[in-house]
Amino acid sequence: MRQGMRVLGVAIRAEKAVFASAVLSSALYGGMTVGSAWALGWATEHVVLPAFSTGSATAGALWTGVLLIMGAALLKSIGVAGRRILAGLMQYRMQARSRREVTKQYLRLPLAWHHRHPTGQLLSNASSDAEAAWAPLAPLPMAVGVIVMLVTAAVAMVLTDPALALVGFLIFPAIAVLNLVYQRRLSPLATRAQQLRAEVSEIAHESFDGALVVKTLGREELETDRFRRRAEELRDANIAVGRVRGLFDPMLEALPTLGVLAVLGVGAARLASGSIDPGDLVQVAYLFTLLSFPIRALGWVLAELPRSVVGWERVRAVLEASGSMEYGRTAPPATSEPARLETSGVSYSYGTGPEAAAVVHDVSFGVEPGRTVALVGPTGSGKSTLVQLLVRLVDPADGRVLLDGVDLRELPYGAVAESVALVPQQTFLFDDTVRGNITLGLSISDEDVWAALRLAQADGFVARLESGLDTKVGERGATLSGGQRQRLALARAVARRPRLLILDDATSSVDPQVESRILHGLRDTAAASSVVVVAYRLATIALADEVVYLDRGRVVDHGTHDELLARCDGYRNLVTAYEREEAERAALSAEEEEAAARGAAGPGAADREAAERAAVAAAEEEGINA
Amino acid sequence: MSDVRGIGASAERSALATIRRGLSLTPEFRKGLAGTLALAVVATAGKVIVPIAVQQTIDTGLKDSTPDVGYVTRAVLLCAAAVVLTALAGYVMNVRLYKATESSLATLRVRGFRHVHDLSVLTQNTERRGALVSRVTNDVDQISTFMQWGGLMIIVSLGQLLVASVLMLFYSWQLTLLVWACFLPLMIALPRFQRWLSGAYTSVRERTGDMLAAVSESVVGAAVIRAYAAERRTAERVDKAVDANKAAQTRAQTIVGFVFPLTEIVAALAISGIVLLGVRLGLSGDITAGRLVAFLFLVTLFVSPLQTATEVLNEAQNAVAGWRRVLGVLDTPPDVADPGADGVELPRGPISVAFEGVHFAYPGGPPVLREVTAVIPPRSRVAVVGETGSGKTTFAKLLTRLMDPVSGRVTVDGHDLRGVRFSSLRERIVMVPQDGFLFDGTLEDNIRYGRPAATREEIELAMTELGLADWVDGLPAGLATPVGQRGESLSAGERQLVALARAYLADPDLLLLDEATSAVDPATEVRLARALEGVTRGRTAISIAHRLSTAENADEVLVFDGGRLVQRGPHDELVRQEDGVYAALHASWVSAARS
Ligand SMILES: Nc1ncnc2c1ncn2[C@@H]1O[C@H](COP(=O)(O)OP(=O)(O)OP(=O)(O)O)[C@@H](O)[C@H]1O
Ligand SMILES: Nc1ncnc2c1ncn2[C@@H]1O[C@H](COP(=O)(O)OP(=O)(O)OP(=O)(O)O)[C@@H](O)[C@H]1O
Ligand SMILES: [Mg+2]
Repeated sequence: MRQGMRVLGVAIRAEKAVFASAVLSSALYGGMTVGSAWALGWATEHVVLPAFSTGSATAGALWTGVLLIMGAALLKSIGVAGRRILAGLMQYRMQARSRREVTKQYLRLPLAWHHRHPTGQLLSNASSDAEAAWAPLAPLPMAVGVIVMLVTAAVAMVLTDPALALVGFLIFPAIAVLNLVYQRRLSPLATRAQQLRAEVSEIAHESFDGALVVKTLGREELETDRFRRRAEELRDANIAVGRVRGLFDPMLEALPTLGVLAVLGVGAARLASGSIDPGDLVQVAYLFTLLSFPIRALGWVLAELPRSVVGWERVRAVLEASGSMEYGRTAPPATSEPARLETSGVSYSYGTGPEAAAVVHDVSFGVEPGRTVALVGPTGSGKSTLVQLLVRLVDPADGRVLLDGVDLRELPYGAVAESVALVPQQTFLFDDTVRGNITLGLSISDEDVWAALRLAQADGFVARLESGLDTKVGERGATLSGGQRQRLALARAVARRPRLLILDDATSSVDPQVESRILHGLRDTAAASSVVVVAYRLATIALADEVVYLDRGRVVDHGTHDELLARCDGYRNLVTAYEREEAERAALSAEEEEAAARGAAGPGAADREAAERAAVAAAEEEGINA
Repeated sequence: MSDVRGIGASAERSALATIRRGLSLTPEFRKGLAGTLALAVVATAGKVIVPIAVQQTIDTGLKDSTPDVGYVTRAVLLCAAAVVLTALAGYVMNVRLYKATESSLATLRVRGFRHVHDLSVLTQNTERRGALVSRVTNDVDQISTFMQWGGLMIIVSLGQLLVASVLMLFYSWQLTLLVWACFLPLMIALPRFQRWLSGAYTSVRERTGDMLAAVSESVVGAAVIRAYAAERRTAERVDKAVDANKAAQTRAQTIVGFVFPLTEIVAALAISGIVLLGVRLGLSGDITAGRLVAFLFLVTLFVSPLQTATEVLNEAQNAVAGWRRVLGVLDTPPDVADPGADGVELPRGPISVAFEGVHFAYPGGPPVLREVTAVIPPRSRVAVVGETGSGKTTFAKLLTRLMDPVSGRVTVDGHDLRGVRFSSLRERIVMVPQDGFLFDGTLEDNIRYGRPAATREEIELAMTELGLADWVDGLPAGLATPVGQRGESLSAGERQLVALARAYLADPDLLLLDEATSAVDPATEVRLARALEGVTRGRTAISIAHRLSTAENADEVLVFDGGRLVQRGPHDELVRQEDGVYAALHASWVSAARS
């Protein structure tokens, strides 16, 4: 409750003017709700009844009555419209503000933070949590208005008759207490339902995202069961909420009516004793009828508060997340010469605990200006992680990465991106045009865009697209083939003429012909840049002046390709795998023929193993000689 | 096929027809509806009668200056009893209603969800994922408020209007006419407001979708955005989308804000009219003072349901929009449909495939596959090669019936794919797609997805058979290692290993690998290929790969170029055709892999 008030306080402070106007409108509405009751009462007492008793009515009195009634209604309408529009404005502004701030924070926080937070959660922080946090703002001005109304009504009643007022003072607190009990019972249930709603949505999201896997394995039924289980939990949670609502709503509705009845009971006695006149009684009864509806706005605010607090807490967790990337002030050299890169003793681990295993461990190597270094290592050895360190997507736990002798952490924001371009292993395209995806907002001429596309061997298919550079590529580039997406990502990098180009297995979905054309194109123009390339194919590696061989996050060896081939077993094993495979196959088929000649059904396991060993030995020899 | 239509909003249906169809899909809702309605009548009657009784009490008991306290007390007690009864009826009705609506909406949700999975990939791709998700989440939620509150309110309000009108007529027909005359224009105008509102809400929903998509890009594309310092640009895109959403919301709210108080003003007009006309009638002796006062009171009974109705209009609008979107899914026929029970059940055993004059084009696009005819005999090992964009993945999607050919046909074991039961097809033919999508869970969960009944031992055995046991043992928690959302806590190559193991565990008769090991290191790839070869002996295996080592070992190579099958035959034969596409591809592969 107190937390809830604090959340509301945040909104009120942020939107003082709108809130004040909304409350004024509500007060106007509240005042005029009483006012219109009063106007009608006045008209009854001073116009209608006298007219009947005297048998005549003056036009002046009649029109005064009409004017009062219409005026009150008009003011009340203005109050209603103002309250609704202004309350909506306040709510939507706060939602929009939270969403902007949360996204800004997403963009500001380092990638390491993103690694620790699941995507689905971040999305719901910006959507449903921001929504829930400010949901009570819609009925809030009305609730404030209701308080004004209650005070006005109380004053009116006290002025009319203290005894009748006493009834009011009994009924209204009873409503308030009932409301409070209601909220206490409801809020845990509502929070649970909200949680389940998010889970249901997460399942649907994941399931639709993996639709291809679901389809190819025919797991629609399994997925539906998974979804159904959660949907049924949500149903039960909603029914539980419904039970509480179903109980309290009619009670809250009945209370004011009981109030009217109490007024009548007491009023009759007061009337009998001559303390009040019938008009007063009618007026008070009318007040009660009028108040029975708006008084529930208090309940609405209270009903939304728990959800709001949860939503706000989640939004605030994002807004207050620390560990943003700090940038330095050392200006990078203003040059278009190729960059020099150096890493010394770099370590990194994804976990945060002390026992979290380092994925990159004490890595040191350098790239001289204009040179090409290949990063080679088995699957999962930490190449992509290392690459992220090189462009400062994450900061190392230990050690330093130096660009032209300057620690990346000392460079100002944007300086790294200006000099270094990374083509990540996982292609990401924006739901934008081809041009938008390549320029990403930089002013790059169409000519240069085409040049980059040409280099990435993407000019051909882009030219064939219906609207060329202006073709929308769809969510994550859904309308393109895997290789086409990858080439656009490549063009994006080269279009910037980076001083250091980093390719993380950036041609894996491209056929060898296209790849070799890309590589040759790069070699011809990449004279102007240093290159770090993660690769397995020998052709790519052959372009490198130096090879760094990684295994389990450590640099096992580095040197030229030939050097490594000669002295590093793991490296040799990796890059000559295809050749060995071929040699082995040749050996095997020869043996199979032999076995067939002997009339045996197939080679025995022992024979096969021996053959494999022989083949490996042969291949290794071959590798050394290469 | 080329006429794949997006998932509609079934906007062509009128609001009422939409609601009727929506309700017809949810039998849970109709069950016991009569009882609920009866309770609603009691609750409504209570709400209408009590104020009237109160009025009667005032009229009769307090008419003179010597009130009949006994009478008033009795009346008050009677009314109190009625109020309690009304509340009780309300409670029971509410609980029944919540149960019925929530059950029926859960059913609707699940049906919608299932149907989305039944739609073809192409149909699914006509819509953003987020929008698809909201069709089974938010859109359904929107219906619930209406069903639990609005729908009943409409009935209750109509009842209240009717009762109030009848009573008003009883008091004075002239004044009743006056009231109706005041409110009639409003009622006539309501449908127009409704249309405005509907337009405004549609645009709110669209803008919300755009906003969520923009926000999602800033999260999913986090790495690229940072690497290219595109934060500002992304923030601008998000801001624009957020502001557009806010503007749409504000606009809708403004319309509501102006429409809602209209009843207030009209009511004041009516009351003023009653005072004026009533006094005149009174002077001519047509109505007594008590009746006039009573009539004034009745007008409030007449106005309040109208006010509720404008409010309900809002909800109804939302609900109909939500319903339309859910029905839009359910009414989109799956263009690649499961023949179900009529379909052929393929017997287990080696599988043969034939493409007979197959043509394919993506909706509204140029032809992607042309006149493809090929036979893949059982137990054969086939490699599919070709330049980027030549149609290999498309070929694979047709073979697994993720899509149907525009013309021509694909057969397995002589049966047209379109006539094969999905349950049988999916069990026997499994494809490992280009990007290894993993579900948020552990390694084990993901592998077991291939065969839910598999035991832990079977999974371990499968990993051993594939030569991946060492890799698993090297992971921090072995098979219990969490893979993260979409498998993001694994490296790209590791993800592919898991996806492959998953398909392998499914134990299909035809395994189709679409660049399934493109990110795996050569040594592991070779090891995997060999392991697969051993264990898939006796099955049909098709692989699409840019690394031609696969092709060298295949029984047959299919070479695609510009959507045509240009060459086919064993590797040795094809490399000898020196002017062929394959020879060129192979030459560049050899120079790439073995320089
Ligand atoms: N977000 C993450 N959270 C936790 N662990 C991760 C995360 N990303 C990667 N890892 C782990 O870190 C290790 C190195 O991953 P990385 O992606 O750097 O490998 P890689 O050498 O690029 O592999 P590949 O050749 O398959 O792309 C892997 O064991 C992987 O499971
Ligand atoms: N969903 C789609 N909508 C429209 N066009 C598409 C779609 N998917 C693919 N295409 C187009 O169809 C053609 C063939 O694509 P396909 O994915 O079959 O190529 P591929 O041979 O598998 O290429 P890659 O080697 O790059 O994976 C491409 O030109 C591509 O742009
Ligand atoms: Mg990687």
